[in-house]
Amino acid sequence: MDINLQKEIFLSFFRAGMLGFGGGPSSIPLVHNEVVKRNRWMDDDEFSDILAIGNSLPGPIITKMAGYIGYRIGGAVGLFNAVLACVIPTVLIMVILVGFLASKQDSPIIMGMTQAVTPVVGVMLFSLAYSFLSKAKSSLGWLVTIVIGLVSLFLYQFMNVHPAFVIGGLLAYGLLGGKVNLKNKKEKQK
Amino acid sequence: MIVYWQIFLAFFIPSVLGYGGGPAIIPLIQNEVVNHYGWLTLERFGEILAIGNSLPGPIATKMGGYIGYEVGGILGAAIALFATVAPSLLAMLLLLGVLYKFKDSPRVVNMTALIRPTIGVLLGVLAYEFFARSWRASGSFHTFLLVILSYFLLEKRKVHPAYVIAGSLLYGAFIIA
Repeated sequence: MDINLQKEIFLSFFRAGMLGFGGGPSSIPLVHNEVVKRNRWMDDDEFSDILAIGNSLPGPIITKMAGYIGYRIGGAVGLFNAVLACVIPTVLIMVILVGFLASKQDSPIIMGMTQAVTPVVGVMLFSLAYSFLSKAKSSLGWLVTIVIGLVSLFLYQFMNVHPAFVIGGLLAYGLLGGKVNLKNKKEKQK
Repeated sequence: MIVYWQIFLAFFIPSVLGYGGGPAIIPLIQNEVVNHYGWLTLERFGEILAIGNSLPGPIATKMGGYIGYEVGGILGAAIALFATVAPSLLAMLLLLGVLYKFKDSPRVVNMTALIRPTIGVLLGVLAYEFFARSWRASGSFHTFLLVILSYFLLEKRKVHPAYVIAGSLLYGAFIIA
């Protein structure tokens, strides 16, 4: 077992959990920052696969990502390490602070902090969304990216279709050998 | 003994039925712990949820850990966390394991490329929800200022998110409050 690797796994998911305000989804850009940008454990493609499969399964998203990524880079120890790192510290804080915060939850300071961090999470999610769309553009081209993007947007926002169906449909199309023109030479050769 | 089994079920059922990450699971947890088992009143559940939302970290595990602890002590917390995390994680490992095994096949390369636009859109929708929430809670001025400042710091100056988040918490504590 590589102690240094396990230490990095712990710290990465500890930071992603402790800095995520507004539930699990707000931690997605933070996990991306740790796993892809900082530690280079995987590239954007693999990260987007993990996010896609995670979104098409039920349950909390961050623990699914932490568990899988931990397992993929650090084996079974990495799995437990990553899940515990993003779950236990925040649960402990919760258990310790509930009594204290019960009387303070209407305090303007706590409310102000919760309000101010919300747009920052929005910016992080927006940047990650942009980087996925521009990656998509360079492999699929503008037209296909815009068509898939707009159809997904319509289905999610106006038809209330669950993402699992859209992701499942796209995966099935690829799996059954549907025609896809990849622009990126390197990807074509893979 | 029976209470531990009930704790397991109360968090297992929401986590296998709740699609859309932790926040989507919360109403299902409420149904179990308030309506079904009557461990908490609705007011108490709302209070715990409000506190959980003002603290960092995934919400489903915070609620699971806390309620499990209140109902069944440390063992109760451990069981609630296991029931929340394990089932979906196991499915994740199986599915990605298969995908990873065939990662060089042209079909899997196509699959990876095809889902990217829809993942981009999903993240964009999430971003929009956070912006809209901020607009409703703190108005256009604070929202615009925080968006522009944090975009500049994160994307142009490549400041680590930890500092930007800490900065925004200070801004909230001293300026918005």
